[in-house]
Amino acid sequence: MVSFITNLINGISLGSIYAIIAIGYTMVYGISKMLNFAHGDIIMVGAFVAFIIISGLNLPAALGIIAAVIVCTALGIAIEKIAYKPLRHAASPLAVLITAIGVSYFLENAALLLFGSDPKIFTSVVPFTNVTIGPFLIPGTTLISILVSLVLVILLQFFINKTKPGQAMLACAQDRDAASLMGISVNNTITLTFAIGSALAAIAGVLLCSAYPSLSPYTGAMPGIKAFVAAVFGGIGSVPGAMIGGILLGVIEILGRTYISSQLSDAIVFAVLIVVLLVKPTGLLGKNIQEKV
Amino acid sequence: MKSKIAAMSKTSRDNFKTYAMVLIVYVVVMIFQAAGLVSSQMSGLLVPLCVYATMAVSLNLVVGILGELSLGHAGFMCVGAFAGAFFSKITENSMGTFPRFFLAIVIGGLVAGIFGFLIGIPVLRLNGDYLAIVTLAFGEIIKNIMNVLYVGQDASGLHFSMTSATDLNMDGATGNLIINGPQGITGTPFDSTFTAGIIILMISLIVVLNLMNSRDGRAIMSIRDNHIAAESVGINITKYKMTAFTISAVIAGCAGSLYAHNLASLIATPARFGYNMSIMFLVFVVLGGIGSMRGSIIAATILTLLPEILRFMAGYRMLIYSIVLIVIMIVNWNPKSRAWLAEHNLSRFLFKKHHEKKEVK
Repeated sequence: MVSFITNLINGISLGSIYAIIAIGYTMVYGISKMLNFAHGDIIMVGAFVAFIIISGLNLPAALGIIAAVIVCTALGIAIEKIAYKPLRHAASPLAVLITAIGVSYFLENAALLLFGSDPKIFTSVVPFTNVTIGPFLIPGTTLISILVSLVLVILLQFFINKTKPGQAMLACAQDRDAASLMGISVNNTITLTFAIGSALAAIAGVLLCSAYPSLSPYTGAMPGIKAFVAAVFGGIGSVPGAMIGGILLGVIEILGRTYISSQLSDAIVFAVLIVVLLVKPTGLLGKNIQEKV
Repeated sequence: MKSKIAAMSKTSRDNFKTYAMVLIVYVVVMIFQAAGLVSSQMSGLLVPLCVYATMAVSLNLVVGILGELSLGHAGFMCVGAFAGAFFSKITENSMGTFPRFFLAIVIGGLVAGIFGFLIGIPVLRLNGDYLAIVTLAFGEIIKNIMNVLYVGQDASGLHFSMTSATDLNMDGATGNLIINGPQGITGTPFDSTFTAGIIILMISLIVVLNLMNSRDGRAIMSIRDNHIAAESVGINITKYKMTAFTISAVIAGCAGSLYAHNLASLIATPARFGYNMSIMFLVFVVLGGIGSMRGSIIAATILTLLPEILRFMAGYRMLIYSIVLIVIMIVNWNPKSRAWLAEHNLSRFLFKKHHEKKEVK
């Protein structure tokens, strides 16, 4: 029982990191209706920036996190302006998907050239050590991951529902043309969404590498796909859905790895996703939009 | 001959061009090879090139003709590869090279087709990005299962296990481990040749192009363009979606079997059968023009050879590759750049987009 609860907590911790990534994914999807395959690689860039500042230059961890967020935000905006914006009105929605794949290759290979393929050991940025509550030993990174993701979700919910830019995002996600008729700058709103999504990815990158301290150019790829799965799981486009999807995914992955098969843990995650989508084709919290003729 | 071509309808002429292109490339490569002008790296790429081109045709059937996004085609290729290689291993000493290889390709296609059919039943109920993510999930599951599958053969028949080779409980004297979990299948006979690859590519092309111009094909395309309208004129949507998806899986399985007979050890690694591979096939399809089989083959060829051509740039080649990909996509698809190129009579440099999906409001 004790080991089960410890595994559950580890699952929630991994899940909350997935949740942060998935929220970025889902926001970008909601507003631009594109699958941003480069999102996972922005996580990797964030982790590398923090790694250089903290381990390379021996500066304080806080500075590393701030630098990672700034660099990733700028990167996210730049990617959107250079690679995605020219294709916003392309004839096929697949065009921008392929460009996103190109950006993903670009980031991975640029990191490969700069840092090499051998994994780096990332020093954890979490300032405090393990906590013992009763019979449970909870690592500091676990607590921090859960806390950070909770705080971020609450802040984001407040931002989206209570502030003007947040409302503009909702409006653009619902109907871009109508939003621009209401005087909302669609371009700026999309840029803002990419900026927020990328900043979240930077934080997720630092947390992910604090929990699993091996950093390579491909670190972000699989968490990126998992977060995409989490976003779909929860209903793509919905922020609370992404949070729930991420946490469930993390728990399923850790429990599956411990109790069923370590080699099949990814297969189990994907199998659960398939079952969920078959029962509820638009995800857990997704809206079922009736098609009109 | 000339008058015969002129008498053809526009579509048959177009199909004829596609077949001719493949055959001309084949003849030219064979001549170059006979003259010793093809480097060993390039000739090593010939079979993979056929595999990728066939995969691009297969995926284009789903993406371009059926209009659904599949991100799991490498999974079907994986199934076909393992089924074909497995067959070749167990019949290695009992059959001649040609019938064995022929049957291995057929079996690869059939097994992948069965998987395609079974996966299609739940998957095709979904649409859009949800369908895409579920196909991705199936592809990853197939790859994962192949990594824990152990199959051995001894005097008493076949043994299966999902845990380890010792769990197979094989007879020690006659036992022969065929699929060894994460080590996959080793020692598949090297039966694949460029000629065989071209034949498979040609057969896939003939099947897909004829399907496109048939009654069934038009029904499939009508579902793509407007599934509600298609349904209202009495087209059985499920049946036609399943047909297209299963045919596509069969072709992918044949390509996979071809691929397996070109590898010393067949392992279900992420690099060979993971979602990255499925995405690469999608890149071929979109870059070549959604719905255009010729475009898919051209794009597959260019993008497979590009890293090889860029080899002199060593570490920078994949970086250049990604930049080229982004630039081509933007130039090809940005409405403004398309208009500019059309204005300057340069639109022939754009990849053609047949049967482009139109917005139906």
